[in-house]
Amino acid sequence: MSNIVIQVQNLSKQYRLGEIGTGSLAHDVNRWWYRIRGKENPYLKIGEVNDRTVQSDNDYVWALKDINFEVKQGEVLGIIGRNGAGKSTLLKILSKTTAPTTGQIKIKGRIASLLEVGTGFHPELSGRDNIFLNGAILGMTKKEIQKKFDEIVDFAGVERYIDTPVKRYSSGMYVRLAFAVAAHLEPEILIVDEVLAVGDAEFQKKCLGKMKDVSVNEGRTVLFVSHNMTAVKSLCQDIIFLKNGFIEDIGKAEKIINSYIISDGQVVTKREWRQEDYPGDNIARLIKAEIIDESGINLKAIDFSDNFYIEIIYDVLLNGYVVAPNIHLFDKSGEYVFVAIAERSSSSSGIGRYKTRVKIPRNFLNNGRYSIGIACTTLLPHILHFYEKDALEFDIVEDMENRNNFYRGDIPGVIRPELFWETMKIK
Amino acid sequence: MITNTKEAEIQEQWTETISPQSNLFDLKLQEVWRYRDLLVMFVRRDFVATYKQTILGPIWHLIQPLLTTIMFLIVFGRIANIPTDGIQPLLFYMSSITIWNYFSACLTGTSNTFVANAGIFGKVYFPRLVMPLSVILSNMVKFAIQFILLMAMMLYYAITEHNIYFSINWLWIPVLIVIMAGMGLGLGIIISSVTTKYRDFTVLIGFGVQLFMYATPVAYPLSYVMARSKHAWIIKANPLTAIVEGFRYALFGTGTFNWSLMGYSIVAMVIFLFFGLILFNRVEKSFMDTV
Repeated sequence: MSNIVIQVQNLSKQYRLGEIGTGSLAHDVNRWWYRIRGKENPYLKIGEVNDRTVQSDNDYVWALKDINFEVKQGEVLGIIGRNGAGKSTLLKILSKTTAPTTGQIKIKGRIASLLEVGTGFHPELSGRDNIFLNGAILGMTKKEIQKKFDEIVDFAGVERYIDTPVKRYSSGMYVRLAFAVAAHLEPEILIVDEVLAVGDAEFQKKCLGKMKDVSVNEGRTVLFVSHNMTAVKSLCQDIIFLKNGFIEDIGKAEKIINSYIISDGQVVTKREWRQEDYPGDNIARLIKAEIIDESGINLKAIDFSDNFYIEIIYDVLLNGYVVAPNIHLFDKSGEYVFVAIAERSSSSSGIGRYKTRVKIPRNFLNNGRYSIGIACTTLLPHILHFYEKDALEFDIVEDMENRNNFYRGDIPGVIRPELFWETMKIK
Repeated sequence: MITNTKEAEIQEQWTETISPQSNLFDLKLQEVWRYRDLLVMFVRRDFVATYKQTILGPIWHLIQPLLTTIMFLIVFGRIANIPTDGIQPLLFYMSSITIWNYFSACLTGTSNTFVANAGIFGKVYFPRLVMPLSVILSNMVKFAIQFILLMAMMLYYAITEHNIYFSINWLWIPVLIVIMAGMGLGLGIIISSVTTKYRDFTVLIGFGVQLFMYATPVAYPLSYVMARSKHAWIIKANPLTAIVEGFRYALFGTGTFNWSLMGYSIVAMVIFLFFGLILFNRVEKSFMDTV
């Protein structure tokens, strides 16, 4: 018995760019003429790789090209990739809203998608009517919905408004109701796309919990598309990384997220300067900077609950100066988080090449992107030898399941230090 | 040998295969049946949502045929003086309008199936045929309401003018409705399939239905044209002619009714429906790319 529930074979999807008009009519006629003579569709040969940044005369592009993968029962598969990588096209084909150009997908069991929640909601109808309508659109029978009705209303938390037209709902209530219907659908395979972007933190937590529940306890399969690496990491075991319509990489979540973040182009966790570009003056200059783990291996993404180190290698070219390396941390909006200067004991004096490591403790920086400026300063007299702003950039990601409290949503703030709590019963 | 049977076993477990092209004649009608609850809900939605925040509500269904009937009565009856096959003129026009309205509502309602529902079709899969079918059914409800009005009028004239006609021919009425529904659905889904790529037909349908009505004996009886014009064959070639005439014949017992014209209508309906379904089925798979 094989437990593969989705099998994708040589899947490709071609799109035609530009407008539809008399030009496309000519192509249609041509295509029809080829078919009559028993030849292959002439336009299938000329598709291009879907790189949107390159201008081209070609009217046809491959939004997906030769995609092959399998999904096992109960697996939560993440699909990541930049905008235009083909994620949505893949989901559209899976949810049967458009057909592939070539290749095929075999599916075992009912498939339901949350491509955008609230599909088919009619603003004039009440919450109650919309639950039935939406449920039916998603493939439930009236009986099934009746059985789940109370649960859905409870999950969405809209009891009071259930007989009010949904156009009077707040956007949060609307999304909650829509998600609640979809979440109680009980399909064998659930497709989720970016729904977690909406709703408040408490509701996001509910959703993540529900998805986890669906996959772990009920053995259902989930395909999850998101830009939120933290959510992807905490939900998915395996990830497909799409790039320009091809599968760039596929494998275990941790590894793929790392390679995704690298190819993202912005995160730099390792930098070596060329000899002629060494930042610095005639006293000290910077050779290399890197973010590493305890054993010295370069880190692409840093787990919230892991210690990490910033290592810098620099040359001191003259005797008589006590050179103190220092790091300047900024958050993604460019706000200063802190400056840290090496203590006297770990400053360097005398000609030579030095390596300085500074440990950033775990459970300290909150999830998100940070940039580090690296400088070397002599304090007495005060001389700044070099200051390389944005020398390194890194992401802190978190597996929310590792939290030692019950909260699973995003936590605001730049830092999130581990504090020491004590509670005792005094009465 | 063993591996072969194993493979076959695995093959059979797949409940669904998504592939570029399916069989031309695989119309997936069982699937439509499975979604019958959705069909009912769409009908309900159409009905409820249209009259939310109106004061008169479904009464609007009655005002439209009433006003049209009065207009026809003035223009065709009083001004043009066209005879009505001996049927009470008001009943003649009202009955014609009732059946014609059903057809035109079905045709215009289904002809924009893909374009009007692109939003929902783009997100969720369900058998697309459910949508035009729901249009046919919800128009049938509206037809029923208008038909009751017609009955009431007939009852009124029966009492005031002692003009009662009741016969076994009434049993024809449901049959005629079904043929009309099939015709509207068939033509409608053909047009909706074509408009996904080329919108030209949307422009055509706007005034086409109006013109079509004049080529159908709605405002005049077929006998009148046959007696006066050499071009009556044009009207006879219209497959709707037999249905409208047949409807009046069934209700009032006068008019032109013959089996060959009726047979022609039925054949035309079957052809429209057949090609419509095949075309619709082909287009629904990838219309999202061109709509």
